[in-house]
Amino acid sequence: MRITVKLFATLRSGRFYTETREFSPGITIGEVIKELGIPEKEVTLIFVNGRHADTHDTLTDGDTIGFFPPVGGG
Amino acid sequence: MDTLQNFLLAHTQGDLLPWEAQVQAAEYFSLTYSEIEEAALQLNILPSRYQRNRQTISTTQQFTLFHSTVAVIGCGGLGGYIIEELARLGVGNIKAIDPDVFEEHNLNRQILSTISVLGKPKADVAQARVNDINPAVNVIPIKDAFSKANGAELLHDANVVVDALDNIPVRIELAETCEMLKIPLVHGTIGGWYGQITTQLPGDKTIQKIYGRHSKATGVEKVLGNPSFTPAIIASLEVAETCKILLNQGTTLRKRVLFINLLDMEIEDIKI
Repeated sequence: MRITVKLFATLRSGRFYTETREFSPGITIGEVIKELGIPEKEVTLIFVNGRHADTHDTLTDGDTIGFFPPVGGG
Repeated sequence: MDTLQNFLLAHTQGDLLPWEAQVQAAEYFSLTYSEIEEAALQLNILPSRYQRNRQTISTTQQFTLFHSTVAVIGCGGLGGYIIEELARLGVGNIKAIDPDVFEEHNLNRQILSTISVLGKPKADVAQARVNDINPAVNVIPIKDAFSKANGAELLHDANVVVDALDNIPVRIELAETCEMLKIPLVHGTIGGWYGQITTQLPGDKTIQKIYGRHSKATGVEKVLGNPSFTPAIIASLEVAETCKILLNQGTTLRKRVLFINLLDMEIEDIKI
């Protein structure tokens, strides 16, 4: 199935902004992060189709997923 | 001129009360600027300093702001701008909470930091700055770090708490404390070109949802640092949210997070 992955902020460095890729049906968000080679601790906020999601959620064909790094300064 | 009310009415121009009249009233009646402002607003007289707040903020709403208490947790990059804007807006009581003193590396972005205040407590400098801008605003400087242990004591009387902290673990503690005390929390955070903001009302648990998996995480700011413009923007958005909550107006970022990328000028609006 095809999933569009959007990376934000520092997660783009050496990777990409937006890409549509082929993934196995029923894949979880956590598995997508792993396949992309992003260390899990570098991802905090996650959305699927504009709505907050978590690593154990599964994806369906056509989903758009976004990953953000932790931001904590003031 | 027997009563303050008569004095204020006699010195009002249109429906505006000039600063000189407030100074005279404070001296003549031995009252604080806060007491003068309260008496004026009760008479539906607007201190002239607020005339450009209209029609965005009515005189009645100005009175609501005057009676409000906002706790600002952190007086650094975000906190300095937040306190500045709250004071100019006319929020009557500001709790400025920060255990630190100003250091040289603050000068690139923290509006309250100047060469002359290096080494001085940030909370005290915040109070002095507000006193220079708007002495009708009561700043309570607290030179202590927020923690779960002192949270209830520090925040119990706040109408809104504004997050201007500099790390994730204490942000989560602050969010939990605000949930417990049932106080709205405006969350803002920055790192490099990036910032995020949301508004959490009691029961929403928005901050826990954002950071849930990584409550001990180190943010991107540890590597990227923070330039001058990012805190100014995120702080202003936090004050706009605070103003709306205090006045029960408009649409807040409740159950939404804005993630702002100034490097590519993108704003993401995520439903939580």
